Order: sequence, then structure tokens, then C-alpha cells
Amino acid sequence: MATFSIIYFVLLIAGTATAAYLKNTAALLLLFTLLMVSFLAALLGGTNVLVGFTIAAGLLAAAAAVSYSFREALIVILPPNGAKLMRTAPLTASFGLLVVLIYIIAAIFAPVIAPFGESEVVAGAFALPDDQLLLGGDQLGRDLFSRLIYGARNTVGVAIVTTSLAFLLGTVAGLVAATMGGWVDQLLGRVVDVLLAIPQLIFALLLLTIFGAGIIELTVVIAVLYSPLVFRLTRAVAGNIVVMDYIEAARLRGESTWYLVSREVLPNITAPLSAEFGLRFCFVFLAISALSFLGLGIQPPTADWGSMVRETASLISFGLVTPLIPAGAIALLTVAVNFVVDWMLQLSSGLKE
Amino acid sequence: MAREKSVLLEIKDLRIEGYSDEEWIEIVHGIDLTLHRGEVMGLIGESGAGKSTIGLAAMGFTRDGCRISDGSVNFDGIELTNASRSERRALRGSRIAYVAQSAAASFNPAHRLFDQHTESARIHKTENWREGKEDAIELYRKLRLPNPDEIGFRYPHQVSGGQLQRAMTAMAMSCRPDLIIFDEPTTALDVTTQIEVLAAIRDIVEEFNTAALYITHDLAVVAQMADRIKVLLKGDEIEEAETRKMLSDPQEEYTKSLWAVRSFTRPEKPRPPEGTTPLVSVKGVSASYGPVKVLDDVSFDIHRGRTVAVVGESGSGKSTAARVITGLLPPTDGHVEFDGEPLPRSYTDRTKDQLRQAQMIYQMADTALNPKKSIGEIIGRPAQFYSGLKGTALKKRVDELLDEIELEPSLYYHRLPSELSGGQKQRIGIARALAAEPSFIICDEVTSALDQLVAEGILRLLDKLQKELGLAYMFITHDLATVKSIADEVVVMKEGKVVEAGGKTEMFTPPHHEYTDLLLSSVPEMDPDWLDDLLKERGLENVGEAASKQI
Repeated sequence: MATFSIIYFVLLIAGTATAAYLKNTAALLLLFTLLMVSFLAALLGGTNVLVGFTIAAGLLAAAAAVSYSFREALIVILPPNGAKLMRTAPLTASFGLLVVLIYIIAAIFAPVIAPFGESEVVAGAFALPDDQLLLGGDQLGRDLFSRLIYGARNTVGVAIVTTSLAFLLGTVAGLVAATMGGWVDQLLGRVVDVLLAIPQLIFALLLLTIFGAGIIELTVVIAVLYSPLVFRLTRAVAGNIVVMDYIEAARLRGESTWYLVSREVLPNITAPLSAEFGLRFCFVFLAISALSFLGLGIQPPTADWGSMVRETASLISFGLVTPLIPAGAIALLTVAVNFVVDWMLQLSSGLKE
Repeated sequence: MAREKSVLLEIKDLRIEGYSDEEWIEIVHGIDLTLHRGEVMGLIGESGAGKSTIGLAAMGFTRDGCRISDGSVNFDGIELTNASRSERRALRGSRIAYVAQSAAASFNPAHRLFDQHTESARIHKTENWREGKEDAIELYRKLRLPNPDEIGFRYPHQVSGGQLQRAMTAMAMSCRPDLIIFDEPTTALDVTTQIEVLAAIRDIVEEFNTAALYITHDLAVVAQMADRIKVLLKGDEIEEAETRKMLSDPQEEYTKSLWAVRSFTRPEKPRPPEGTTPLVSVKGVSASYGPVKVLDDVSFDIHRGRTVAVVGESGSGKSTAARVITGLLPPTDGHVEFDGEPLPRSYTDRTKDQLRQAQMIYQMADTALNPKKSIGEIIGRPAQFYSGLKGTALKKRVDELLDEIELEPSLYYHRLPSELSGGQKQRIGIARALAAEPSFIICDEVTSALDQLVAEGILRLLDKLQKELGLAYMFITHDLATVKSIADEVVVMKEGKVVEAGGKTEMFTPPHHEYTDLLLSSVPEMDPDWLDDLLKERGLENVGEAASKQI
């Protein structure tokens, strides 16, 4: 292990010196900080920490390389318009797109990919990983890997439907409020104020205890609770559009409110709305996981990442990473979606950096 | 002129590239420019000529997506193209200052004028707040701002546009720079206000022996301000000469065409016989925004096939009159008649046919066209909505309309508004109005956002359409040259009241009403001595806002 430390530091110092020689300030700062931190870590934690650093750096590099290849591949495959868009996309966006794509594939082809059924008991409780059970078994002896794949379908699917419903409600109400103004605007605004005044999770728990915890109830309750935020955003951005002269021209033409909303205003606010969709999707997703963790979300035996964390939570005290795997799946998707959202926001606002 | 004649700014073979569609395109093709201390150089040209880009490059700055690709910008011995960020920063504000077109958009609405005025002096550590404030009062006095001791305590929205523009000039002066770049400082102002700003800028530049680059598209303005004029076209220099020489003896064809731009005139049409029912008749209309009364007993008639120009300063109620006619703002008193029939007060109560008859063309074509819709959809919608045209019939109608406004249908049908130039957008606005087959069109400052050559094209088009289709126009404008060329009748408005009304020939021959006289005499002329003569004749206190208040 001593050799590892020596090679590690030689390479790092050489890198730092090269960066300094080439006057690459950003690289120099990064490498120098890493060097200092490594010294400290090696003194305190020994070689293992350095191995950890190397693995983390390797993973980061691998992710960057994969994202880069994915972006270049997309540029080749896509039609000219899409290729042009991808050429200016940052690596983070391509990473996000790739992860989202993998999740979608996993969700759609879950029965094909998963080696075992969703609620099939195939081994003993908390079986250790082997060639058959890639990630080991859960508390009932079901294959954790298969459940993870099915979970993509259930958790992500429900989250998408819920977010879409929330957007349908919020956008339509927001557009109507902005376009009609007057008492309609006031009424909708006050209703939304009431909804916003109650803490969401508590309200969701309350409503789910009243209506029961089925998938449909869950979807509707969360959609209604999240629509006020969409309403607010839509009303604000649509408010900037309805004062434009072309809206006035359409009004003077005698167009109906529905035409104004759907044909004149909506096309101009799709960019901020789709960015918001990405963000809101993450929150809805986390809310569903949180509810499942509390036992009011998606019900067993359906595989769901939130409840999987809860069911295997006790294993963490034995030093096993099992509960962290579904949690990691949630975190990865959230990060990926946010990368894509950042990119879309940047595209729509024309922001630099 | 006993001015120091050493070179202050020397630009050599400046090339600037802009990034679009994934490649760098050269937008300024090798400009040379020499500016001596205390000299004012006018840069003129149409939009897209690269005037502003060159003006910014003189500070070593380019907009996002632009870069200086070649050439040198030498400011008093400092090469700006390869100066470091901090070196350039040290120059800006202290030795080179910039005055933008829209002072209202350039001031921070959250801070008082004094705070903004003293900021650059404080950053450059030349003055503390107290000294800066005293200096500001001094400059405000020199720029003839009303109440100079107090005005700095106001926020930008509490002073008028012309005053704000002068406050911005004062701010640029705060460090006594060697060079000021004026980027169209009076373009957004009324003629009456413009004079005050021009006179103030000229005096202060002369007093501190400051060199200036004066960027504008208005030749008459530059004639008053500049010692030398440089004419630009699409990033190339056309010619440069002393102001007087340039005005009296331009060498290049393009310059001559710029000089001759106000050639379009049309005689007044014969008046319709007495007793003809006017197409639109505004009868004793009063209107208000909340408690503020903006129209006070306004009456005028517009006859079929004739153009009525409504003129006045901003805030005189011209546009409000249009809003009352279209029904966007229901009047508090009086009513509007269309072809002898009274129109419902609000547009929501009018029939489809009543709405169809009166169309509107807007000042800012950018906000008047939906950026997400293609030209075909924008023009096609009224035809579809009113006449129920569909499929090929609709396409044919749109093609006809595009022909009418002199744009090639096959080229423009699928384009988005962002892919058109300012003049073309305005033509699309006209086509959209025509698509409804109206008998009356309100033109709200349709040419004021356009270059002179382009504006003339629009005026000619409107005139042609009027002849072909017998349209009546209500032409809202503050530009009297436009009135001269296109109007049959003129209505002069001030503070919500009609001051004077009559035929064009009658209005442009003295004697005028005092206010009309003020408006007419405030229009800059091509003569370099015009401003001096006017100030001599009227006195400093009797131009612009001050004079307007006295009436």
C-alpha cells in the first residue's frame, strides 16, 4: 500500500507542476487544493482515504467520458436541429439526459431486464449478493435488483403522472387568471393562498388518511397540493405576455379567451414551464418517496424506492449499504433531472455560464 | 475654436466579429477613426451599420457574443484591445464615459440620482460622497436641470425623460472624462425636450473640452453637435468630412440618399363636401386612468380615404384617444361614432364587424407580433377569423397580402418574426391590419422606431394602400416631418385637449397657435447653425419643457 501512496503523490505533484507551468489557473487551483487535502487525509486516515479519492476521481472521469461519448453520439444520430442544440449542450446536461434515458428504458422494459418477479421470494431474508442476486435480497428474500428495476416503473411513473396532472391544473388556472384578470384572478389567487398556507406534507398525510392510500388517491392529492406553485409561476410569466401588443391586437379582433390562452400566450411561456416541470417533478418524486417511507404512499408488495429504503433501513446499523442503493437511485435521478433543467433554463433565458 | 489638438483616440483597421449560427461573422470591416481632444465626432448610419458596436469598442468593450478580431484601439497611449480587464476597468467611468439611449432603462430604479451619480467617483476614489454630491449639484446647474439642489434626491421615475437624460450626461461627467460616448441620447425624446438636452450636452462638452463620439441616425441632430461626421453602412466607412463640408457637398451616393431622405411628400387631398358623414367621429370624449384625467372633451372627425395626423408631446393623450376609439378604454363622457352609428363604449360589446372595420398598427413591431407564430399564421388569422377562409383559399389570401406589402410570399411565409428586420416586421403589422379588410386604420407611431430610409418606405406603402383601398388613417406621431409628408389634416393635442385642428397646408403656414409654433420650431434642421440661431432667437429659458409649460 505504501507504493500506492507514493505513486499517488508523485502523479498529483507532477500534475500540479504541469498546470502551474502551463499557467492554467483553474486546473492549478483544483490540483493544489486536492494535493493539500490529500496530505491531510493521508496523515489522518491513511492510504484507504487516498484509494477512496482515486475511486471518486475515476468515477467522475468515467461519468464525464460517458457523457461526452453520449453527446457526440447524439450529435451524429439526431436531425440537424437537435444536433445543433446538443453541440452547445454542457457535459452535465448530456449526463442528465443519459441517466434519464437509462431510467426510462429500465421502466419500460422492467419485466425483460429484471431477472426475477417484482414480489417473487427467491432467497432467504437479507441474502448476501452473489451471481444470482446482484444486490442481495430484502427482508422477505425478494431480489433487490429486480425490485429496483420495477421501482423505476412505479415510483417514476406515478411521479410523472402526478406532475403532469399538477401542471394541467396549475397551468390552465394560471393562464385563465392572467388573461381574464379581475374577479376570476382574485378568486383563484385566494383559493391558492389557502392551499399554500397549509404545510404540504402534513396536509397530504391528512387527506390520504381520509381518502385512503390507493395509487389514484395519492396521485390526485399530491397533484392538487402541488398545483398552486405551478399556478403562481404560470400566472407570473403569463402576466408578462398578456400586456404585449399582439395580445391586445388579438383581443381587439374579438378572439375568445380560450384562443388567447392556448394560441397566443401558452407558446410563449413553454420554456419556463418546462424547466419548472423538471424541478417540480423532482419534488413530487421526493414527496411520493417520503410518503411511501411513512407508509402512506405506494403500498406493498408494489416495489417502490421510498418504501424500499424504509424496509431495509435497519441494515445500515450492520454496516451494509443495502438501504443506500434505492436512496442512491432517487438521488441520481434528482441530480440528473436538475442538470437537464439547468440546461433548459439556460437555453430559455439566454444566460451565460 | 482654440482647442488642444493632440490625438486622444485612434482606432486602426478595427474588425469585430459576431457569433451567430455557430460561426463568427465579421460585422465591422476595418474601420479607422481618429479623434482629437475636445473634438466631437458624429457616427451616423442606419441600424445594423455598426455604430454602437464601434462606440463600445472605443471603450475596449464588446457585447456578449462579439469579439474584436483584428485592429487596434489606442486611447491616449493605452492599447485597449490587449489591455487587461482591470486596466480597462480603471479607464471606464473615470476617463471614458458612456451615455446610453434610454436613460430610463439605464438608471437603477432602486437608487436615488445622487447615489448613482457619485458611484463611479467613489469607485475610482477621486471623491467621497459629500464632494460628489456638491459636484453633482454643480453639474445639474450647468445642465440647466430644474431645482439642482434637490433633484438628486429623487428616484429615476420621479423625473421626466429629458431631465433623466441630462442627469445621465451629468453622471458621465462626474469624473471629468476625456471621452464620452453618446449612443443616441435623444432618440427616445420629444422634439421639444430634445432641444434642451442637445443644448445642454453641447455646452458641457465644450466647457470641459471633452471629446465625444456622438452616435445617431438623425442627421439634423448630428449636424448641430459634431465637428466631423463619419457615415457608416453595414460595418464599412462610406466617408468622413467636416460637418459643414459633409452637409453641403457629400461625395458618395449613399450619403446623398441619406441627405435626400425626407423627399416623400404628398399634397393635401381636397376636403370632402360639407355634410358628408365622417367615417369616424370622436364627439366630446373625456377619459381617465383612475383619478387622472387624460382626455378632456376631445372632438375630431376622420373622413373616408383621408389621413388625420394627431400630434403632440408624450403624455398629450394621443394614444389614449386611439384607445378610446378602439374601445380598450371606455370614455367617461362623450362617444365615438362610426359611419354615423354610435359605437359601444367597450370593445367587448362591439360586434365582429365593428371590430373588423377599425384595425391598429403598433409602434413597436417587436411586441406587436407573436414571436412564436410564423408570418403565415400571423397574417392568416384575421382572414380566417373574419372571412372564414381555410386551406388553399387562406394561403392564397396571405400570398396576396404579402405581395401587397412588397414581400416575396414564398420567402417569408414560414419565417418567424425574429427572422425579419425592423422594417419588414412593421410591414407584417400592416398586412395583419389589412387582412381584416378594414376601412379605418390607426397607426400609432408606426415609423418612430425605424430608420429614416426604412420609415420612408413604410410611409410610401401606407400611401399606396390608401389610394388602392380607400382607407382612412388616424396617424399618431410626434414627428412633424412625417406629418408633413403623409397627412391631410392635423390635430394638435396638449394635455388631453385639442389645441388646434385643420388642413395640413393651413397648419404649416403661419400664423400658428403658440403651441403648434413651439412644436414646429423645435424640429431640428439640417443647418449646422440651426440650434445656435434658435437659442439666440428664443433664449435659453424659452425652449423645451419650460416653454411648453408657459403655454
